[in-house]
Formats: sequence, C-alpha cells, structure tokens
Amino acid sequence: MAATEELIRVAVEAGTPLLLATLGEIYAERSGVLNLGVEGMMLMGAATGFMVTFVTHNPLLGVVAAAVVGVLLSLVHAFVSITLRANQVVSGLALTMIGLGLSSLIARKFVGLPLPVRIPTIPIPGLSQIPIIGPGFFNHDPLVYFSYACVAILWYVLYKTKMGAAIRAVGENPAAADAMGVNVFLVRYLCVALGGGLAGIAGAYLSLVYAPMWIENMTAGRGWIAIALVVFALWDPLRAMIGAYLFGGLEAAQFTLQARGIDPSLLGMLPYIATIIVLLIGVKETLRKRIGAPAALCKPYYREERTL
Amino acid sequence: MLKLKLIEKEKSPKIEIGKARLLVEMRNIVKKFYRVVANDGISLSIYPGQIHALLGENGAGKSTLMNILYGVYRPDEGEIYVSGRKVSIKSPKDAMRLGIGMVHQHPRLVEALSVAENISLSLTDVGVFASPRVIKPRIMELARKYGMKVNPDAKIWQLSYSERQRVELLRVLMQNAKVLILDEPTTMLTSSEKKELFSMLRKMASEGKAVIFITHKLEEALSVSDIITVLRKGRVAAQVAPEEVTVEELARLMLGYEMISTVKREPHRYDGVVLKVENLHVLGDAGVPMVKGVSFEVRQGEIFTICGVAGNGQRELVEAITGLRKVARGKVFFLGRDVTNTSPRLLADMGVAHIPEDRIHVGIVPDMSVAENLALKKYRSPEFSTRFTVMYDKIYEWARSLIKQYSIIAPSEKIPAKHLSGGNIQRLILAREFSGEPRLMVAVNPTYGLDVAATNFILSKLLEAKKRGVAVLMISEDLEQALKVSDKIAVMYEGQLKGIFPVEEADIREIELMMVGVK
Ligand SMILES: Nc1ncnc2c1ncn2[C@@H]1O[C@H](COP(=O)(O)OP(=O)(O)OP(=O)(O)O)[C@@H](O)[C@H]1O
Ligand SMILES: [Mg+2]
Repeated sequence: MAATEELIRVAVEAGTPLLLATLGEIYAERSGVLNLGVEGMMLMGAATGFMVTFVTHNPLLGVVAAAVVGVLLSLVHAFVSITLRANQVVSGLALTMIGLGLSSLIARKFVGLPLPVRIPTIPIPGLSQIPIIGPGFFNHDPLVYFSYACVAILWYVLYKTKMGAAIRAVGENPAAADAMGVNVFLVRYLCVALGGGLAGIAGAYLSLVYAPMWIENMTAGRGWIAIALVVFALWDPLRAMIGAYLFGGLEAAQFTLQARGIDPSLLGMLPYIATIIVLLIGVKETLRKRIGAPAALCKPYYREERTL
Repeated sequence: MLKLKLIEKEKSPKIEIGKARLLVEMRNIVKKFYRVVANDGISLSIYPGQIHALLGENGAGKSTLMNILYGVYRPDEGEIYVSGRKVSIKSPKDAMRLGIGMVHQHPRLVEALSVAENISLSLTDVGVFASPRVIKPRIMELARKYGMKVNPDAKIWQLSYSERQRVELLRVLMQNAKVLILDEPTTMLTSSEKKELFSMLRKMASEGKAVIFITHKLEEALSVSDIITVLRKGRVAAQVAPEEVTVEELARLMLGYEMISTVKREPHRYDGVVLKVENLHVLGDAGVPMVKGVSFEVRQGEIFTICGVAGNGQRELVEAITGLRKVARGKVFFLGRDVTNTSPRLLADMGVAHIPEDRIHVGIVPDMSVAENLALKKYRSPEFSTRFTVMYDKIYEWARSLIKQYSIIAPSEKIPAKHLSGGNIQRLILAREFSGEPRLMVAVNPTYGLDVAATNFILSKLLEAKKRGVAVLMISEDLEQALKVSDKIAVMYEGQLKGIFPVEEADIREIELMMVGVK
C-alpha cells in the first residue's frame, strides 16, 4: 500500500521535468520546428533558476528567470531555423552545446552549494486524502501542480480551439495554413518560444526541487529523453504525461534496484533501452492510427516555393 | 461592409465602364521564376457581377497571375488596384482583408484537420480560443444556400477531391469574399458535378460577386463566362466576349497556331498476348479487397482501356500489375512469363513502362533535375555509368535530345523537375518511359489536367507506340477520349470488370450506366 503510494510519488517527482520539457517540445514540433536544443535550454534554466533563487531567496523569481532564459535561447533557434531557414537539426544541436558550456561557465561558483530556501510541499486538501493516488499525485510542490495545469491547458488548446487548429495546420501544411490566412512565422515563433520557456522551467525544477542544488550537466540526458517522449506521446500532451511518469518511475527504480546489487552502469542504460522499445511499440501504433510526425516537421517554409 | 462603402465613394469616371464599376485592376504584372518569365506584363480588369474566364495553355501563367492577386507571390513589376485604390498585397491574409478569396488548383487544405477546423482558420470573427465547432451551423446554412452537401466534422483526408474543392469554395464564401478566384476547378469533376458548380458560380455572380474562373478547356470558357481573357506565354493574347468567338477561333488565340487534331485511331493487326491477368484479387490500403477477380488480356499493338469512376479498384489493379502492390490471389503473365509479385525494377527491365496517376509523387522525383528524372530508369546502363560513377555529361547530352524530341519546355535540363508545368512534367514522364523501348505501357489518366495541345501530343505518342507494336493498358475517366483512341474498352465497377467490348461495339450510354453500376 504505502509502497505503491511512494512509487507514484517518486515517479511523478522524477517525471515532472521530463513532462514539462516534453510538453514544450510537442508544441514546437506540432508547429513544424524540431528543437534538439532541449537539453541545453534545460541546463541553462537549471543554472539560472538556481542562481537567481540563491541570490534573491525567492524561488518564484528563480523559476520565472529560468523560463525567460529558456525562451531567449529558443528564440535563437527560432530565428535561425524559421527566419533564416537553416537546418533545424544543426541549429538545435548547437543550442545544446551552447547551453552545456554556458551553464557551467556562469554557474561555476554555485556548484554544490545548498539552496537557502525550499519550495514547500503543499498537499491539496481533499484530493490528497484519496487512497493510493491522493498522496502520490496531490502531495507535491506547486511546480508539479503547474505541470498538471499545463497538460490540461495545452491539450485543450491544441485539440479544441482555433489556435490549436492553426498550430496543427502550420505543422502539417504551412502552404495551406498560409493560404487560409494563418501567420505561419508567428505561430512557429510562439510555439518554439513556449517550448523554450517550459524547458527552462523543467531545468529549474531539477535544481530547485529535485536535487536541489546545481551541478554541471545535471540534466544528464533528460532533454534527450524528452525528445524521444514526444514521439512516444504521438505529439499528444495527455500521452506525454503517461510517458513522463513511466520514465520518471524507471529513473527512480534505479536507486532501489542498485541497492539490490544490480550494476549501476546497466541501470543507467535502462531509460534509453526503454526508449527504443517504446519507440518500436509507438511505430506500430503510429501506422495503425494513421498519425505520425507533423508532415512539415523540419521543413522551412518559403511562400513562393512551388507547392505540388 | 467597408469595401462596399469604398466602392460607393468611388466616383472617378475613369474607372467606370458602363454600369459595372471596376473592382480589381492588375496593371503590367511581371513575374519571373529563375529564367522562366511566367507573367510578362499582364493587365487585367475585373468587374463585379461578372464571371471572367482566364483561358490559357499549361504554363501560360494563369495560376501565377492569380497567386499574385492572392498574395502568394510578389510581382517583380506592376501594380494592383482594388476599388480604385492602389494596394500592396503581401500575403494571402492581406488579400482576404481586401475581399479576395481563392480556390487553388491543388486544394490548399490541411488533411489532418476537420472541415470546420480548416474553415475556421480563415475567419477573423472566430476568436483564437474559440472552438472551431461554433461555426458548424454557419457552414451548414451556407452549404444549404448553395445546394452543397458537406459534413463539417469530416477530416479532409476522408473527402474526395470534389468534396475538398467544395470545402475550399465554402471557406472562401464564408470569408465574404467579393472576388472569387477558382483555379481549374473542373479538372476532377464529373459532368453533373460541373453543372452544379457552374450554376453555383452563376448564383454568386448574380449577387454581385466577381468570379475569376481559370481553365484551359475552351467549351467551359465559352459556356459559363461573361468575358474571356486569353493568356499565351505570359502575355494577354486577347480579350473577347463568348458570343463573339467560335471554339476554333478561341483555340487559335490560345495556342497561337491552327490546331489540327492528329489523334485518330487506326485499325491495326494485333499479335501475340503481352499481358495476361487471371482472376486477380488485390487488397486496398485499408486492407479490404479492392480488385475482386479481374481477368483480361492485352495484345501487341492494342490499346486496351479500362473506364470507370475513380476509386473502383483501378489504382490497385495497376499497382499490382506494375509490381507496386502485392497480389492477394490470381496471376499476372507478361509475355508468357508468370510475373505475379515481381519487383517493379525487374518488371521495368523486362519492358513494362508506367505513367502513374500521381505524376508528382510517383512519376518524378520533384527535387531532382529534369535530366536525372529522365535517366531514372537508364542510369545503370553502361551507356551512362561506369562501375562506380555516373557519367553526367552523357546524361545531360541525352536529356537535351529527349527534351527536344518531346518538346518539353524547360529553361535547362539541370533545373529541378518540380519547376516544370503540369503538361511538361507529363511529357517528361512519357519521354522517360518510352525511351526504354517498352513492350507494355500502363498509362493511368495520362492526359488529366492537360491542355488540348499536350493532350493531343500524349495521345499521338501512345498511338505511335501502338503502331510499333507496344501493348497499351490505359486507365481513364474520360470516356469520350477512351472511345477515340482505344481498340477495346472494359468498364470497372467495384473491383470487377463489367464487360469488355471492341470499341466498334461500345455504346456510350450503356457504358456510362455500367460505370455507375446501374447495368
Ligand atoms: N513557384 C514556382 N517556382 C518556379 N517556377 C514556377 C513556379 N510557379 C510557376 N512556375 C513556372 O511558371 C510558368 C507558369 O506557370 P503557371 O503555374 O502560372 O501556369 P498555368 O497557366 O497555371 O498552367 P497550368 O494549366 O498547367 O496550371 C511555368 O513555366 C511554371 O513552370
Ligand atoms: Mg495553373
């Protein structure tokens, strides 16, 4: 009983940074822009969030700063890939490398320092009393609740509003969207910026709640898992939640299994092996349901290009 | 509302001709793509309440001109006036604001979205956080007014081509456009659907809208329009009223020379069987049987045409014969050899040529050059490649000779094939397929979307091939054309052949009834 509750709680905690980053990347990709810079934006978010909170003793300010830094970095990618129409893969990879270097540079003095303030855990009255799932899902810090809200809002906007239709249109067929009066560039910029902001917050969650401290390269590949999760989730915010907690659970399970004498290197590979397996399953489902990557993913839009 | 007022205010006598006031004026429009001059100083005046036909051959520059008016392309030179005011149309959104709406040649709709979602995108009065569903009643109402049938919840990919076109038309109407541009809207329509469309257009014009109707079909231009502007090679060749001209005169204006139809079927001696299909069963994409027990033979020097409404299994049948789709049951013989489920490459090497239905995606590699596309089936031969490398200069030289032989209009053999106009892409495919000296030519709707000149060219090449003893299997939705060139006609309905006739015995009425399953 208690074990199940605990498992859910840890899975949610470890899954939240994955979830936030995945949600953001889903929106970017839905609009047709692949951003491989998630890892870099998360790292910058983690470093900035930690530093700002350390100095101001205000975690909210830290989170906001992390989001702003994420947005700024993503705008670099947006400019290069949307306005200059350069290769999105290269630009995204560059962003990851920049984030990795820049974060360790600016936050060097903060490595290993303890965070002076804690983001409090706030059980939600009523909901947290529900057996099993209550303590697992509703006894967390505000950022976790923020991520729940994100899932609901982003899912609703994507599937139930005109704005969501515009985002999907731009990612599927920008020429058609343009002909219908949608501002393709604006939509893509906004989606990429949203992705950057959420990746920044995801990073801040690591350095303010999950760790909580700053260590170089502390994301340890979570940005890449988030990108894989987008595919696993079939670009759907609700499915992203399932995927993120599954992987969060796996990550948490590492510690338990390690205690039972299983080689830590082996366990370190676990999320990646699981990613591949999950992708294989995902592929089958993609074919069956006729849904897949947005058709214009990675394709810059030229209005005067011949559309056939 | 705003636009109406602007028109009211306009009192300049210069732009008043008769009672109708000039709504749109394009002056000296020039547009170049690389070295191709698509529009070479075109001027055009559009009046409310009129149907204005824009007539021209493939590549004459019709779509380009209208894409400029709709803000998709920016003109290199020239000016546009709307209601007497000079405007700069930078995007389709600008055009919409000015009351201009366009139904594109290839429907510009997002396949993954529903009808309501697609339409909502162009409506400024639907808020960004509003649900696209709120416009469902409005869609239904407008559809009823113009007598269209549409399901607002259907996804675009589930719709047929003509249904998609109707959705685009509805979208433009819901924007309250004063100027409606329709780019070759009749290409994929059946004759009754065409009639419906024309009466809708009449109704729209009678409400004071200006309708611009692009076509390369002379009869259509003559029957629906109030005024015809003929474009030729990027220039205005003439402007005429339909009552003033005959079909022949119009054809001469469009082509720039007298058209003599060289297409005439010649009776021929048939020889041995080239293709034999025995009790063939093929599954469609959805896993349901699409071809259900088809048997026929095509002989040397024979044009065998399968007629039918699209979607009755013709595509699956052709794909099975050309090796692109698995045969579920039954057999295919080519020159006596069992070639059931053989690879497309092997079949091609044996002498099976294919002009596919989807010329853009299956017929060519759009981003590769014209020369490379021409060489797609030949680059491996010792003529063009050594063990490890391809000899490009030889390919270019050979491509230039094919370009001349097949009158392909291309500024260079090195430009991407997708930059060619539709008719020229089809000539390219034809050139490539015939260059392999095939024994069997499988041609699917080979003249769809092509103007008279290109149609005649393609058909005469097929007839020439027949004379050389090539067996031709044609799939066609154009019954009249089929009767003109074929030796035998079969009708396909719901995956089965409903009778095979020598063309002399074929009765057009009867075949039409068979095509829709009445007989
Ligand atoms: N986006 C583009 N990029 C390059 N070339 C183009 C583009 N659009 C048109 N062209 C070229 O400009 C010329 C005119 O093309 P356009 O599409 O306007 O012809 P059209 O009259 O509409 O012919 P069709 O009846 O085949 O539709 C053609 O030679 C075409 O290849
Ligand atoms: Mg055109």
